[in-house]
Amino acid sequence: MSTTVSIASSPLTEWRTLVCKEIQAGRRLAGLFGTATGEDVRITAALADLTGGIRLLDTVLPSWQRDYPALTPDARAAFWYERELHDLFGIEPTGHPRLDPLVLPLPDTTSRPRPGSSVQPGTLHPTEEAVGRHVLGPGMFTIPHGPVRSGVFESVEYLVETPGEDIPFPQIRVYHKHRGIEKRFEGLSIEDAVLLTERVEGIASVAHALAFCHAVEDLAGVEVPRAAGLVRVIHAELERVANHLDVALRLAEAAGLAVAIARLGWHKERVLRLVSRCCGNRFGRGVVVPGGVSDLPRVAAAELAGELPRLERDITGDEQVLMATASFLDRLRGTGPLSTDLAATHGALGPIGRASGRTEDIREVDRDDGYRHLDPITAPHADAGDAMARLRVRWAEVHDSFDLATAAVEQLDHGVPGSLRADVSTVQGRGVGRAEAPQGEVLYVVEIADGRITRCKPRSASFHNLPLFHSVFAGDILTDFPFIEASFGLSIAGVVL
Amino acid sequence: MPWVFRGLRNGVLTTGYPRRPDPYADTFRGAVTVVDPAATGEVEELCPTSAITRGEAGQVALDRGRCILCGHCVHQRPDAFAWAEGSEAARLTRPALVVPEHEEDDHALAELRTELARRVRRLRRSVHLRHVDAGSDGADEWEIAALLNPVYDVHRLGIFFTATPRHADILLVTGAGARGMVQPLARTLEAMPQPVVVIAVGTDAISGGLVSPSYATSEGVGHQVPVDVWVPGSPASPFAILHGILLALDRVPTRRSEVPA
Repeated sequence: MSTTVSIASSPLTEWRTLVCKEIQAGRRLAGLFGTATGEDVRITAALADLTGGIRLLDTVLPSWQRDYPALTPDARAAFWYERELHDLFGIEPTGHPRLDPLVLPLPDTTSRPRPGSSVQPGTLHPTEEAVGRHVLGPGMFTIPHGPVRSGVFESVEYLVETPGEDIPFPQIRVYHKHRGIEKRFEGLSIEDAVLLTERVEGIASVAHALAFCHAVEDLAGVEVPRAAGLVRVIHAELERVANHLDVALRLAEAAGLAVAIARLGWHKERVLRLVSRCCGNRFGRGVVVPGGVSDLPRVAAAELAGELPRLERDITGDEQVLMATASFLDRLRGTGPLSTDLAATHGALGPIGRASGRTEDIREVDRDDGYRHLDPITAPHADAGDAMARLRVRWAEVHDSFDLATAAVEQLDHGVPGSLRADVSTVQGRGVGRAEAPQGEVLYVVEIADGRITRCKPRSASFHNLPLFHSVFAGDILTDFPFIEASFGLSIAGVVL
Repeated sequence: MPWVFRGLRNGVLTTGYPRRPDPYADTFRGAVTVVDPAATGEVEELCPTSAITRGEAGQVALDRGRCILCGHCVHQRPDAFAWAEGSEAARLTRPALVVPEHEEDDHALAELRTELARRVRRLRRSVHLRHVDAGSDGADEWEIAALLNPVYDVHRLGIFFTATPRHADILLVTGAGARGMVQPLARTLEAMPQPVVVIAVGTDAISGGLVSPSYATSEGVGHQVPVDVWVPGSPASPFAILHGILLALDRVPTRRSEVPA
């Protein structure tokens, strides 16, 4: 079973009613994005249900029309998507509560990148002046964090508007890192496009390559060979372990626990080294290819089967001490709470969602790749929604990941016959693929014509989840900021492509 | 209290590099090399980032500053290309990243080394680094941050990271040169006290890698800041980055695990 996709097109007025109806019926808005077709813009809403279906609802905005009634007033999750639409296509969602530039602040008169049209735009210079400032109220002042952060971080700017110590609302500016990835996909061959997906959100390379390849494989109507599916599981789960260790590491850094920092850093390094011994790259790049995988792990299955439990045992030992360190836990309890209501209306993804009552896990919903041959995953979840709950969910996932990877290695060890790649050389049309990254669901909508990509829209969990960062500072103060940021565990590269 | 004993539990984990060779560094797939410059066929077509070119006399060359280590060329033409094991891939000039190395102007390189050595003379024992992300994919930051874990532990070498550019001697830049970071990057460099050494970390920072050409980047950070050391890799591994830093400080002892040209 994989994602079942249905595509429908309707005129603008009906389209809006249809999308709102779907959301009221309990479907989750998983994406909203445009594709330039000549002078027109096709707007697509992706709606997901809990049983593994994705419905794409299209509508075409003709070239003479530059505005449409915004979805955000009725579908809160569309907030950032419509700002992105505005930046990339210059179209105006009327009635949007705050249409500030998000990914590309340009003066209104300049041309837009318009992904989907075959025309490559000239150089576009983002201008800070195009972004408004919102400082209101007596005695308020703004503390800028970034874009050059105090440490080795990705570039992002948080403007903390504060009357003194508590943080009512942080502004998030992500545009500094915009790389024009969506346009870059156009014209690439499928093989080369996979390499670019691995660089969309570098710390989740495997998950992005998987989501893209699922779209291609779905179009080709092929299933990946069993052995390839198991290799994919091993790499996807090791990536999850490394990412969750990174979150724990950053939380320990925020608390200044020197030994914990060193121990967690060592474990993370061991995971990355294990990945590089398996495939030659520390981030699992080059493993996932359309139709399967490039090779079996270069480490013998017996050796892997010995290494994984050893690693898990060492990690567990430190996890137990960390989760019993009172000075650390005090900083996490009640910090940055995300209510279950907001998580549900926004459709929060990944560990953030699962710490606030969501239960969706794409590995379990789609049961793609090797997951179909392994025991079902009991997506760990909690309801507290604070930084503590998010960390607890991540630790539980780390143990699940080790179980899955070990089970996959065992099955590989029993000698799975057959090839590692199914043939996907003749694919045409529009496909949807997704995968559960450490950050949550990654969604790819891919259009292919004559063996070349004509449009590829990656939507990372980081993009979908980051707007929630606005809403989790209930009574938290400045010193809580690094804990809340770390507990989200998102990558800015995946937010602004 | 339990932390004290945990800290002692596994003994010393730290690499002996650069004093002694490190087996992980020496066996890491750090670069691609050309084994047969006279290879025939359309080898240029194999590369997604146009790193493979042919010279005037038809000889094949590979630009490690563009190579994203996808291995397509090694896979398809093992007669012409091979993985080069080792982590010391950093170079002091952009042309030196092209292999096989053509006749290098020894005099010019010596001059460059002397000039750099003069700048870093006072930094050799203790140096402070500042990192700026100019449009990376996020993986480069992980690899730089890894330098602080107990395995690499750069503090033992007198290398420290600082939060403010005012205290920094070396600027590490990652990413393809996103245009939104032009101003912040320039302001960071301006805030640093002279002398300054700039290290471009990763293939994206050197040439833009697979991200370029793009309307939103400037094909590497070399167009925005004066780069002294070029560290290839996608992303550059921690050992490669450490080698780049030591190269800048003229502290690479011998050419032991250097990636063969």
